[in-house]
Amino acid sequence: MGLRFSERVFAWARSMRERPFSRGDVVVLAGIGTLIYAGIRLAVGAPAVVQGPQISLSPAVLPWYTAYSVRRMFLAYLLSLAFTLLYGYAAAYNRRAAAVLLPLLDVLQSVPILSFLPVVLLSLSAILPERTAVELAAVILIFTSQAWNLTFAWYQSLTTIPVELREASSTFRLNTWLRLNHMELPFAAISLIWNSVMSWAGGWFFLMAAEMFTVGQRDFRLPGLGAYLQQAAVSGDGPALVWGLATLVLVIVGLDQLVWRPLLAWSDRFKVEMTEADDPPTSWFYNALQSSRLVAWLGRRLVHPAYEWFDARVIQRWPPDDKGVSRGEAAGPRPDVESWRQAGGESGPHSAPRHAHRRSAASLAGSVLLVTIVAMAVYGGIQAAAMLTAIPARQWGAILVGVLFTFLRVAAALAIALLWTVPVGVAIGTNRRLAILLQPLVQIAASVPATALFPVLLLALANRRGGLDAAAILLMLMGTQWYLLFNIIAGAASIPQDLKYTSRLLQLGRWQTWRRLILPSLVPYLITGSITAGGGAWNASIVAEHASFAGQVRSTIGIGAVIADATARGDYPLLLASTLSMILAVVLINRFFWRRLYAEAAERYRME
Amino acid sequence: METRETSKEPLLEVKHVTQAYGRGDRRFVAVKDANISIHEGEFVALLGPSGCGKSTLLRIITGLQQATAGQILYRGERLRGVNPHATIVFQTFALFPWLTVQENVEVALQARGVPAKLRAPRAVELLDTVGLDGFESAYPRELSGGMRQKVGFARALAVEPELLCLDEPFSALDVLSAEALRGELLELWSSGKIPTRAILMVSHNIEEAVFMADRVIVMDKGPGRVTAEMPILLQHPRDRKSYEFLGIVDRIYGLLAGETQPEKVEVGTAPGEPGLTHPLPTIAINDLAGLLERLDEAPGNRADIFRLAGDLGVDSDHLLRVTEAAELLGLVAVAAGDITLTPLGQTFADASILARKEIFATRIRRLPIFRWAIDLLVASEDHQLRWDFFLRILELEFPVDEAERQLDTMVNWGRYAEVLAYDDDTEVVRLEAGLAGAGGAAGAGRNSEGKGAKGEA
Repeated sequence: MGLRFSERVFAWARSMRERPFSRGDVVVLAGIGTLIYAGIRLAVGAPAVVQGPQISLSPAVLPWYTAYSVRRMFLAYLLSLAFTLLYGYAAAYNRRAAAVLLPLLDVLQSVPILSFLPVVLLSLSAILPERTAVELAAVILIFTSQAWNLTFAWYQSLTTIPVELREASSTFRLNTWLRLNHMELPFAAISLIWNSVMSWAGGWFFLMAAEMFTVGQRDFRLPGLGAYLQQAAVSGDGPALVWGLATLVLVIVGLDQLVWRPLLAWSDRFKVEMTEADDPPTSWFYNALQSSRLVAWLGRRLVHPAYEWFDARVIQRWPPDDKGVSRGEAAGPRPDVESWRQAGGESGPHSAPRHAHRRSAASLAGSVLLVTIVAMAVYGGIQAAAMLTAIPARQWGAILVGVLFTFLRVAAALAIALLWTVPVGVAIGTNRRLAILLQPLVQIAASVPATALFPVLLLALANRRGGLDAAAILLMLMGTQWYLLFNIIAGAASIPQDLKYTSRLLQLGRWQTWRRLILPSLVPYLITGSITAGGGAWNASIVAEHASFAGQVRSTIGIGAVIADATARGDYPLLLASTLSMILAVVLINRFFWRRLYAEAAERYRME
Repeated sequence: METRETSKEPLLEVKHVTQAYGRGDRRFVAVKDANISIHEGEFVALLGPSGCGKSTLLRIITGLQQATAGQILYRGERLRGVNPHATIVFQTFALFPWLTVQENVEVALQARGVPAKLRAPRAVELLDTVGLDGFESAYPRELSGGMRQKVGFARALAVEPELLCLDEPFSALDVLSAEALRGELLELWSSGKIPTRAILMVSHNIEEAVFMADRVIVMDKGPGRVTAEMPILLQHPRDRKSYEFLGIVDRIYGLLAGETQPEKVEVGTAPGEPGLTHPLPTIAINDLAGLLERLDEAPGNRADIFRLAGDLGVDSDHLLRVTEAAELLGLVAVAAGDITLTPLGQTFADASILARKEIFATRIRRLPIFRWAIDLLVASEDHQLRWDFFLRILELEFPVDEAERQLDTMVNWGRYAEVLAYDDDTEVVRLEAGLAGAGGAAGAGRNSEGKGAKGEA
């Protein structure tokens, strides 16, 4: 997982070094401003007072609440998958669409999702019945926390399918469906499943926030696990908190054991390496399913024939065309096959468009999307700018100070995270026995969303001096340390055995070994982890810096607090300004700091 | 075994096909005005050094790629899109790793709408034909390279192609598997067990081409073009040791190695000057020394290139690249397929490590690309320039990837010769101390007439 991710970041980093800010980015930023603006305009029509349903704290309701929450997550996940497939196709196979879609995706990753919630919620509740609006808003919010990394993974897979496989599928005239089914999906499977695991983790984080939300006089609530936990915290009900947390852990562990582990074990067949792995992922549940006669019978009698029937229908409906077959419309990038004279012209995944003759459906969709986005961005950009000019200088000052304070908090959280994750990660990554022992524990700990623990933290800290500050940093820490830890484990595990032997033969001291071997090999992984962790921390600041707790509102200085405060008071121009400021801050830090650093590090500390 | 009957009407015609990439200053021609025809019953080999555009041509012929100019006629009709009567066997097999051997073959049938009931027996039968019975349910990663390629053949044959295209199908295999598979393919082809009408094989292995094909088409690079055709009328099975066989191989080696030209032509012009910049061949300097030492031991300091490849156990493509480098540096001369050590080459072979470096340094400073780089460095402050600076200029001369490779090779040779130094941290190329004043002299006597305009627009 770590590796794939690093490769991805490396690719960006390289492109960023050449041109840190493109025209695409400008369109994208204007487009996002437009979206927020449009939402705000709609939100004005929302009902003034909303009273949500009562959230029960009886443990008996937990199974139902859990079911509701899982359903929301699942719907959002389906939405993410559909989005991923279409968006990735358009970005991978249409050069012009890619020029906007890629930077857009990049910026969307840095968008503080929580500040979108009030906008989405209010605009939906203006046009839909309240209950439906809240459900839909929750699903959309969760979707925005799940979709981006999936889309990147899919795009990345599509653009890295070996040229020969593409050519084989063209020359054997596989139609679009067979290509998807036999080439693109299998090639992307492992990466998609790993990213789904990450997406679900992100989803739980925001589910906690999405099920209960207050905007001015409007109190939106949804029966669910997240609302249960929040309610328990607000009313200071300790036992209910414990029940809620226990249920959450149970659900997460259950999903891991019954869904993700089996899927990972199954997906091992999709790896591209032509060698047998030493220790492929295993799952007891998957093994049980495989040895089950009933499952085998169902597969033989039901699934297989159904699949075959569907395939046959699709091929019959869209047979390969004999006169002018799909001129490898999907032949995409084809780097350096045999002749150096081929590569010519431009570099990058979209160089040398050999097959520009027939536009595929994806390509058309991409173009339409592009035109729409640009047109909207132009109009909305102007409107949003007008709204921004109405903001007094004093508030801009507050935003600036807020960004600075939040930056310090994020930096502190990262520093603390690094302090403990580096030694622990290296220990786990280099010691097999420790890994077997600790890996499952770490995974469970990592899967508990920090937002669920936040109320507990507040209970403990809120009444002390600087308590909210500490709690805010802790929340950021809880939400982000795991990215770092997993990356460091991956980095430590990738140190070649030969080098470890060499450093022992040279009798390097402990400090020398760290300085000469371990830290340099970790650098790319540390940076990759920090980019993700940093982004998450900024996002968490909205929850962390402004909390309503046991009937009172606590707030500290920070951009997250500004956003949360603007939301609560319904101050939309401020909301727009502060959200855009945070996006800009995150994007700038990533582009001008992390990625440059990464590009340098990747070049110098590559293990080859 | 008999050679198949060839018909009068060509099955496939390549007419004035040109393939170029990029535009304006950065236009590069991969294939220039290629004309080829293939008749029914023929086994044709397309032979040439890497970079001559032979794989590109194969892709144009199968319709995977659209040529910039010219056309492909199949049975007299202009080809549009992928040729449904042709399939390819790929160098890297291009099997779907997640499908079993049988499923890999079946996919090709499924794509043509063959129902499941007919697919399975057909696939099993084909796997049987290529000798893979018993491996139907194996995954490609469980098989050896040779067996994987058999799956590649079975899949290609499954759709009963009239034209079977082979893209260096044996070059990723070990020597023994490759030899076995060649024999089996020839057997299938000449026995008529497969409905294939013609075979087109891309190869850079001269012996392989002469062993298998009825006709060899020779291509050369810079820009890629067809330079010669040679029918091979030997009876199958061919004896690699026979006098006729060796004679043909030798002649083709001669064609591919070319003749050493006068120095001005041989070294080309500097980047930025009119005329063709001769790209530095990508080789390890050790290989160069190895070749020279070998020649030094040979009687008369002369060897037949083809025999040398056999003796050294390297493939022809590799040897030709090393030869090209030695030729460029004036250490050997090539004529009529023979390679001869020059007096300088002899000195090099006998010299100590340090003396070799000195010879190497003197020689590379005569190359226009080095003269150009040294002049630039001498003129610059502190005698150093950024890597990117050189790359930018070279990118006007070569495609992006090749520009980087050229710069890599240049710095690599310059480091060995202790002419250039490179600091990876700062990405700066520096002139080695002591050379600061020397650049001007090397810059004298530039030629600007150079032959052949770059780009061939």
